[in-house]
Amino acid sequence: MLLKIAALLMKPGAKMAMLAFALVFPFLAANEYQVYVMATAFIWAIAVYGLNIITGYCGQLNLAHGGFFAIGAYTLGLLTADYGWSFWPAFVGALVMTAVLGFLVGVVSLRLKEHYFAIFTLCVGFIIYLLLDKWEELTHGAIGVRDIAAPYGFGLVDFTDTTPFYYLVLGFLVLAMWFISRLSKSLLGRTFIAIRNGDELAESLGINLMRNKVLAFVLSTTYAGLAGALYAGMVRFIGPEEANINHTFDMITYLLVGGIGTLSGPLLGTLGLVWITQSLQFLEEYRMIIFGPLLVVLVIFFPRGIVGSFLTWIHRKSQALVPEGKRKDSKVTPTKEAENNA
Amino acid sequence: MNLFLQQIMNGLTLGSIYGLVALGLTLVYGILHIPNFAHGALYMVGAFMSYFLMVDVGVHYWFAMAGSAAIVAVLAIICERLVFHPLRHSPPIHDKIAAIGILLFLEAVVQMFWGADFRRMSSPFTGILNFDGLIIPEQRLLIIIGALTLVAGLQIFLRKTMTGATIIAMAQNREGAFLVGIDANRVAMMTFGISGALAAIAATLYAPINLVYPAMGHLVIMKAFVIIILGGMGSIPGAIVGGMIIGFAEAFGGFYISTAYKDIIAFGLLVVILSIRPQGLFAKGAH
Repeated sequence: MLLKIAALLMKPGAKMAMLAFALVFPFLAANEYQVYVMATAFIWAIAVYGLNIITGYCGQLNLAHGGFFAIGAYTLGLLTADYGWSFWPAFVGALVMTAVLGFLVGVVSLRLKEHYFAIFTLCVGFIIYLLLDKWEELTHGAIGVRDIAAPYGFGLVDFTDTTPFYYLVLGFLVLAMWFISRLSKSLLGRTFIAIRNGDELAESLGINLMRNKVLAFVLSTTYAGLAGALYAGMVRFIGPEEANINHTFDMITYLLVGGIGTLSGPLLGTLGLVWITQSLQFLEEYRMIIFGPLLVVLVIFFPRGIVGSFLTWIHRKSQALVPEGKRKDSKVTPTKEAENNA
Repeated sequence: MNLFLQQIMNGLTLGSIYGLVALGLTLVYGILHIPNFAHGALYMVGAFMSYFLMVDVGVHYWFAMAGSAAIVAVLAIICERLVFHPLRHSPPIHDKIAAIGILLFLEAVVQMFWGADFRRMSSPFTGILNFDGLIIPEQRLLIIIGALTLVAGLQIFLRKTMTGATIIAMAQNREGAFLVGIDANRVAMMTFGISGALAAIAATLYAPINLVYPAMGHLVIMKAFVIIILGGMGSIPGAIVGGMIIGFAEAFGGFYISTAYKDIIAFGLLVVILSIRPQGLFAKGAH
């Protein structure tokens, strides 16, 4: 019975059902606030998908991700509030800015391996925070940026309303997920996974490590920038706290709970945890008392998260159903295949 | 001239604290190859434990320091047993994420009990010594002397005693250490205990001239990481020298360049160094 439900979830129809649910959600929601929370969750999910590219697929723990989110938000905020740009050019500007800065940071940081990379990016994230906080001439310091422009609807829609903005974010989320699903099936995505599984082996296969890692890093920071720009357009008031390291830690938790290196994991993890923290209001401040041990328990017992563990389970079950003789040939391939598609 | 000497004094104070924190971090890294992101949280818990023992229990500064060192040492050993030991065969990314988990947990727990406010810790050493215009608060002198004594004591322990030698042996060559019958679990627990105690003592020494609050470990731990990268991860003299470099860079940079950006100096230094030498300044070859 369980297996049948599970099999149903694996079908392409499940995706359509989820999308349909997301489309009608504003009509089902009890109030505008719920739509707002869902839009926020989608924005975080986009950023977590970015983190998944560099950390999940490519295996490099990037602790500056929250910093790039903030750079995206600040670029949009400052361009619209201080320099009089309208939303969409500033939006493109934010993407370009995070991509360029991602490239510069990536070129330096990705020469470092494992621990050095994590520590280096931790410091980069902190430098970003300090600059946003102290460079008052540019960023307004601790006061933050006000009067950020809302997305311009070309006279058709008004994005200052919650519901139209929700659909805008949903559109970007679907686009982001579609791109990742194409990426994970492509040669490039497989190259990233090869680097995660062993960079020396990957190099001996003729993979240019540096170029691919930098590409993965730039993609991930651009995702963070996209999420940051949308966030600034929605909240329309930002401060240096957007670059707080805790945002990066939140995103790592979302990623790990959902399933690192999987396709639907980031979305499930983010939506699940955002709604759980929302519904348990007292958790807002002390959520780390639960998130912290949760991270530890996850990496010890379920390093593959909800989606990864589910895939392993379904694979084992379906193996058990296959008669003894036929099992051999299908032993290795399905998990890898399923892992990259789910 | 006096201003210059004053900055040297500040550099020595900062360098001593950073060195102590970095020592614990580098010891753990040398033995287990874990960059312990939770080390800053242990430092913070150390300060709060001393504060708790002094204010709520009412013991003397020295006993509070000893008590806090013992509590944090036990806490660090528990972390090793419950978290890092089960993960010893996992991919390196898991250790780092688990360490972040511990960090988040400890911070949240402390914040639940004590709130996020800044607290001031008192110390029996409030006097100020005046050497012909050069003003040295007693607490700063205590920090420098305390750090020197601890480093010397640790050196004697590591070099002259059998138990200490097992730590050095395991840092030098893991397999070799197993071959001669060194118990890896014991060494790992001992190392975590020492690193926790060092962090707690450093926090208790520094807290009276700084403040006590749940996020106090953030900057210190990041600087400690910068230091052990500078000094070569796992190297004990490297941690001390690196601590002094960062301490002096901050004292002089903060004074002569800009106070607002003094925290960036350490990280800027790291970015420059790692861009030129990805393996750190004093690292011995590749692993």
